[in-house]
Amino acid sequence: MNNGAVLSVNDLRVYYDTDAGTVKAVDGVSFDLRPGERLGLVGESGSGKSTMALALMRLHKPPARIAGGEVLLDGVGDVMKLDVDGLRRIRLDRMALVPQGAMNSLNPVMRIRDQLADGIRTHEPGDTRDDLAERIQAQLGRVGLDAEVGGKFPHELSGGMKQRVAIAIGTSLSPSVIIADEPTSALDVVVQRQVMETLRSVQEEIGASVLIVGHDMGLMAQIADRMGVMYAGKLVELAPVHDLFTNPQHPYTRLLIESVPTLMAKRALASIPGAPPTLINVPPGCPFHPRCPSAFEPCDSEVPLPTAQNGRVVSCHLYPGEAA
Amino acid sequence: MTAFLEMVNVSKVFSAGIIRRQHTVAVDDVTMTIDEQSPSILAVAGESGSGKTTLARLLLGVIPPSSGEVIYRGQSVDDLSREQRRTYLREIQPIFQDPFESYNPFYKVDHVLTVPAQKFQLAATKQETSRLIHEALDMVGLQPAETLGRFPHQLSGGQRQRVMVARAMLLRPRLIVADEPVSMVDASLRATILESIRRMKQELGISVVYITHDLTTAYQIADNILVMYKGSVVEAGSVEQVIRDPRHPYTQLLVSSIPQPDPSLPWGAEAEIAGDPESMEVAATGCKFVDRCPVAFEPCAGQRPLLFHEHPSRAAACFQYDKSPALEGQNLDVVFEPQLKSQSSADPQKSATIRNPPTSEGGL
Repeated sequence: MNNGAVLSVNDLRVYYDTDAGTVKAVDGVSFDLRPGERLGLVGESGSGKSTMALALMRLHKPPARIAGGEVLLDGVGDVMKLDVDGLRRIRLDRMALVPQGAMNSLNPVMRIRDQLADGIRTHEPGDTRDDLAERIQAQLGRVGLDAEVGGKFPHELSGGMKQRVAIAIGTSLSPSVIIADEPTSALDVVVQRQVMETLRSVQEEIGASVLIVGHDMGLMAQIADRMGVMYAGKLVELAPVHDLFTNPQHPYTRLLIESVPTLMAKRALASIPGAPPTLINVPPGCPFHPRCPSAFEPCDSEVPLPTAQNGRVVSCHLYPGEAA
Repeated sequence: MTAFLEMVNVSKVFSAGIIRRQHTVAVDDVTMTIDEQSPSILAVAGESGSGKTTLARLLLGVIPPSSGEVIYRGQSVDDLSREQRRTYLREIQPIFQDPFESYNPFYKVDHVLTVPAQKFQLAATKQETSRLIHEALDMVGLQPAETLGRFPHQLSGGQRQRVMVARAMLLRPRLIVADEPVSMVDASLRATILESIRRMKQELGISVVYITHDLTTAYQIADNILVMYKGSVVEAGSVEQVIRDPRHPYTQLLVSSIPQPDPSLPWGAEAEIAGDPESMEVAATGCKFVDRCPVAFEPCAGQRPLLFHEHPSRAAACFQYDKSPALEGQNLDVVFEPQLKSQSSADPQKSATIRNPPTSEGGL
């Protein structure tokens, strides 16, 4: 394990084999998740961000397959090499998923407390009935839900409450890594904020690191410590959140930030010309070069390698330097 | 001078259940005018369940109001003749949220453009139809050669939605009702669609009702806004006033909850003290926001607040402002700024053929 990272992702590749060809949804992504940090990962639809998040726990579904790379979990080793039993042991206990759209991830015919008990009993058998009930109640309280929610079924809860339940389940065994895949998409802005702040407070309380996958730049600016930007299956930039917003290096990051409407001033809305590539036919060289205003000679032929400087990583020919 | 489209005390109540009948007031007593002399973009903002989509459907004539009237060119939409209804359906065009479900996957995208052109007899010849379609696609920034002849799945979500904007524009409507047109489109492409909606107003003089949950895009493209909460208009006026300086505690909560894309501008202090933001229950009397309101005082639980006209271009339905006069007839028109500026910036050639000269009459 290098430099004390909780999770170290090295050159991860996740491909889908389809009739039309191989889709390189995640194509050589490397990053470290540091202890206690909130790492935001943004990208547009089809950038591979959700595929990568799920693959970190080997929760990807066929035809997706791990085509290479390693995911080193502190104290466990390479998650990609674990057998079924090994995976079962670390999931929820060491690495937990807070899924997108909790409405579809909760069991509709099981009471909330039973869904919470399920994971706890599997990993930590031996609690008495009363102990378990107490733990469940405490866990619900932690995410700001009343104890009576435990006796309800998912359909009796609002979207925000269901998402809180998903956070309660995901953090019930105090995992060291939380993977939150678009945890607040489809929620209204007031509820979105409350759920995000709940996730933050629970994560801080249990000292976990969290990878938050999303597409909302504003939300990331509010919640993340560091932020990564994915484009066409690649991590094009990774930087502390403040640096990324004040001084974005990759042209895609810069344009993405400029395209976000704000309440600050009315201006002509900027957009990025063209459309993201389909991942079957990724342009040669830098995948962003057909849309990039700064493209020059090497961009259409050479794939830019990630270079590291001042605690940030960027993959762009404008920033030649030491390989990360 | 008859207005283009008016809502007069329009309410819509949905009822469900046979034994225990439950009534949901989706739109509660809205009065406003959409005038064609001074085209403007009106944002209708609110969260899920606020009634904003119901308001859109009432404007489109898809559902009838439970009480009150929607009046098109001086005549109730219920009483339109066949021919008038046809014109009404052409003059008010919808753009829906989901650019995937608006298409029949078995037809090429041309279908959504050629069929309305034929049905509404926009052009006498095929060449003329084709010219109009090319023009509309140009307007939304699409290359006709790269768009026509393709199937919906061959276009990106952003392109599909732009074809829908082009379709609406093709019919030369007077009003476009766009229901969350960009909420399913990626950030990098969102701006293009919003920009083409703005051009519709500026260059073609088309008014737009922009239904959204996103106050930032509303601020960027709209002239006026009305904020809805559980069916009622809680605040309305110019976007500058309502979004930059909100007066109703609910609008204040919404604005402070927007995550700004700037880490040095953290979320404002949590304004809310209690209540479930997603509860659909509504008190029979009193302000609908009372159970969540941080500043609620005596009158709030007792009666519904009227919209008080506390700023020339803003009104708020909150008893904190009951020293100001209530809006006459609760008609929102007086707080909406007329947008006559667009007349001068418009392309004179285009606007001359499609728009009448501005009158001195007020209205939207």
